[in-house]
Amino acid sequence: MLIQCKVRRFNPTVDKKPYFSTYQVEAEPTDRVLDMLNTIKWELDGTLTYRRSCAHGVCGSDAMRINGRNRLACKVLVRDIGNKMTIEPMMGFTVLRDLVVDMEPFFEKYKAVKPYLINDNPAPVTERLQSPEELEAYDDTTKCILCAACTTACPPFWSNPDFVGPAALVNAHRFIFDSRDKAGAERADVISSREGVWRCRTVFNCTDACPRGIQVTNAMEEVKRKLLYDRA
Amino acid sequence: MYRGREGMWSWIFHRMSGIGVLLFLFIHIVDTALIGWGPEVYNAVTRIYHEWTIFRFLQFLLIAAVLYHSFNGVRILMIDFWPKGYQYQRQMFYGAMALTLLALLPTGYFLLGPVFGLQVR
Ligand code: HEM
Ligand code: SF4
Ligand code: FES
Repeated sequence: MLIQCKVRRFNPTVDKKPYFSTYQVEAEPTDRVLDMLNTIKWELDGTLTYRRSCAHGVCGSDAMRINGRNRLACKVLVRDIGNKMTIEPMMGFTVLRDLVVDMEPFFEKYKAVKPYLINDNPAPVTERLQSPEELEAYDDTTKCILCAACTTACPPFWSNPDFVGPAALVNAHRFIFDSRDKAGAERADVISSREGVWRCRTVFNCTDACPRGIQVTNAMEEVKRKLLYDRA
Repeated sequence: MYRGREGMWSWIFHRMSGIGVLLFLFIHIVDTALIGWGPEVYNAVTRIYHEWTIFRFLQFLLIAAVLYHSFNGVRILMIDFWPKGYQYQRQMFYGAMALTLLALLPTGYFLLGPVFGLQVR
């Protein structure tokens, strides 16, 4: 099928403001949007810039706005988008070039929630056992690939870049609900701060955007309820 | 522009209705305060709520905003406190919309009926 693809372009060293380039691309209906971008870059316009690495939905490099919604380019088929496509960078981060945004602030927030197991008790002789029932509480949030699709789909984040955002909270949830983890209080300092989970307005754009199907909004709601009930 | 779904619209309407109702609250503080200048002043101003057609439409909008804000407010509470609420957020949005429209029928009849020449008691 012939696709008319509009891509938002911006090269800060030469362009005063972003503009759109339109390409006519031939693609198979079962091609992924990433394949189509590759066709553009390799055959039509080598200056088009975007991130991709694994091409199989696991590295989280190629989240972008496809027809107005955050998606991984390597995980959506061209036929599911249609023959008119508009591709733009994720919202809320500085555009470095074309579809590439500055992810540093995103990873800063990720680090701020201490996304690792903290337990200073002496290690037991065997393992620190987790039963399937215990795993159930945070299984969903183990699946995050840090693509930032959720955070950059979030209206409270667009209007306040200091909000830690859904992705960091998903990764906090992963450890908050892990019975082996002992850093609940440390993490709560960040999570229940001014820029923490309470900024979430349950817009559900994050849940819709997540390529891993994580129930992002629900994870944040569970964190809110835990903060509330622990205090009570 | 981001193409959000029901959740985003529900939030946009919730904020618009919340701010709209708050705005009316300020106006309402001023109009009730007019009683301090006596019943003539108060009546002279507040009658425009009934007599000016545009104000009837604005009142209709105000009531629509209050109704939507309360019904969707309950939806938000369900998402916040009922662990399964998030699974039904979309249905609850349509529910809030339906209840709002339903409750607006009598409002429309009494408030806007006369504008369209209906004999309303
Ligand atoms: C039936 C009474 C009401 C209920 C059940 C209700 C419910 C709520 C809830 C649950 C929220 C939180 C929204 C969120 O977390 O996203 C909210 C926000 C808000 N409410 Fe109300 N509310 C009521 C009356 C009012 C009134 C009378 C006003 C104005 C004077 C108002 C103005 C607002 C505003 C400005 C917001 C902020 C919106 C936002 O953050 O997006 N509400 N309301
Ligand atoms: S929660 Fe989903 S959308 Fe958000 S960063 Fe992780 S994988 Fe991406
Ligand atoms: S390229 Fe790795 S997730 Fe798409």
